Amino acid sequence: MKLRISNRRLARSVGGDILVFIVIFAMAAFMSLPFVYTISQALKPLNEIFLFPPQFFPRHPTLDNFSDLFLLMAQSWVPITRYLFNSLLIVLGGSAGNVIFGSLCAYALAKHDFPGKNLINSAILLSLMFAGAVLVIPHYLTMAYLSWIDSLAAIIIPAWGGTLGVFLMRNFIEHMVHDSLIEASRIDGASEFKIWWRVVMPIVKPAWLTLIILNFQTLWGDPGGQSTLFLYREELKPLPYALSQIIGGGVGRAGVSAAVTVILMVVPITIFIINQSQIVQTMGTSGITGE
Amino acid sequence: MSSALSTSKRPIRRTSVTNRINETWKAMKANAISYLFVAPFLLVFSVFVIIPILLSVVLSFTYFNMVQPPTWVGFQNYLTLFLEDEVFLIAVKNTFFFAAITGPLSYMMCFVFAWLINELSPKLRTVLTLLFYAPSISANAFLIWTVMFSGDAYGYVNGILLYWGILDKPILWLQDPTWMMPIVIMVVLWMSLGVSFLTFIAGLQGIDVMYYEAGAIDGVGNRWQELWYITLPLMKNHLMFGAIITITNSFAAAGQLQALTGDTPTDWATWTIMQHLNDYGYVRYEMGYASAMAVLLFLTMVGVQRIVQRLLRKIG
Repeated sequence: MKLRISNRRLARSVGGDILVFIVIFAMAAFMSLPFVYTISQALKPLNEIFLFPPQFFPRHPTLDNFSDLFLLMAQSWVPITRYLFNSLLIVLGGSAGNVIFGSLCAYALAKHDFPGKNLINSAILLSLMFAGAVLVIPHYLTMAYLSWIDSLAAIIIPAWGGTLGVFLMRNFIEHMVHDSLIEASRIDGASEFKIWWRVVMPIVKPAWLTLIILNFQTLWGDPGGQSTLFLYREELKPLPYALSQIIGGGVGRAGVSAAVTVILMVVPITIFIINQSQIVQTMGTSGITGE
Repeated sequence: MSSALSTSKRPIRRTSVTNRINETWKAMKANAISYLFVAPFLLVFSVFVIIPILLSVVLSFTYFNMVQPPTWVGFQNYLTLFLEDEVFLIAVKNTFFFAAITGPLSYMMCFVFAWLINELSPKLRTVLTLLFYAPSISANAFLIWTVMFSGDAYGYVNGILLYWGILDKPILWLQDPTWMMPIVIMVVLWMSLGVSFLTFIAGLQGIDVMYYEAGAIDGVGNRWQELWYITLPLMKNHLMFGAIITITNSFAAAGQLQALTGDTPTDWATWTIMQHLNDYGYVRYEMGYASAMAVLLFLTMVGVQRIVQRLLRKIG
């Protein structure tokens, strides 16, 4: 790791470095506004939230909003843990499928040569540019046909076909995995499946860690209100839905609603931090040199 | 089998059709394992992406109100869009203006910040990546801008400008057509360090250090030369990926705009094709008409993508 950083400093001037730092930190301050705002809203007592003119920071910070939220969650008709379980199932099931299916397909597209490959490649590319909004009706009809309405499959399984995953994985595999390495593994008698799992996947770890972050964030946030579209039974709803119901209780719940926003933000952020630090570690250990 | 996988370059011979079918069939059999790898994804992808897309292309030639079965109307939807729907034409103009500004700018921001952050120590990099990514991770946080640009004297921006004496009366930032578009563009740029940004960071992390070492030996003297001759060429795939994401985001923008300037913005000043599409799809239930817009939007994006692809080839 040390070696890497010292090497990257080959072509750098001090003046440029200082300028870069200034730009980065000015930007960081500007970008962190939502965090600061959301957290400070959640720490305000109710009367300060409606203060006119609005105050950016709380005068008397309190955790009341959070304790109110937990009280409301405890009163929920379906236990709150059930919602959490649904959300985790959706997020984990959806991400895992997307990463596995996506990278299997991406490996074949990047390193194999077979009839129909170009067609698949362009279908994937083009499908990224079609507005998802008009696909809702066809989706609904498909779900009804498969009788997946009112089952978590309606949300988890379509995530496996997410185009972003293959596209991203293919780029990275094409770029980071040298053909010679794959050739060598084949000569050693490794099966294609083994090559994918043991050779390719470890090298492109930054790619699938990034993909997990993206998947996690989308699925956790209940994209396009899918839970209201395909799920009717209360015990199948995800956590963001349940929490939005609590918020729906009117202005009196404004404080609680700010607390909800914080809680919904904490989960993707935690995953993000774990993942990003992993990305950094991988690069130190991949140890792949050129052809 | 290993040799079959690597040497299956199909010979392109202009022989008879049956011969070519045979050749292809042979190549397909030799690569059976590749199809096994592609199959699971392709199955889900076809059912939930390809078939629905084809269905909506067909629907774009029909009148479909989601209650009665669709009736075939030929190109009527497309003609109505261009000849009778004045709001659509405004939306087209706005969408192109919006995309022409936010697209290139957000793309460059994504790359430049990914590139700058990439050199920092790992811990600092994680923190900064998180902060930069924050606006897109916290779904509704951009609503803070409605508070900032609130039209009365109590909005933060009006408040400060009045206090400093720059204004003598508050500006209706989100209702005045002269200010709506610039503000919306600013907010969208603020939250644009998303998917492409993360991909660029991962991509930069994936570049082998030896390229830079070799570059330094070959006489790369400053960071700009290093960027142009080493980093960018190695990032080409990721740059294309980022470009597509950016094109999609900027041409299909709707949600944030609507949240900021309302369901019926003044003079339709921030009304985009995607908002028009949602309006017809979900409010008026005219799915055929909405699908026609989706097809046009799709063709536009494909066209822009082709141009960008050509530009990206010139790098390095």
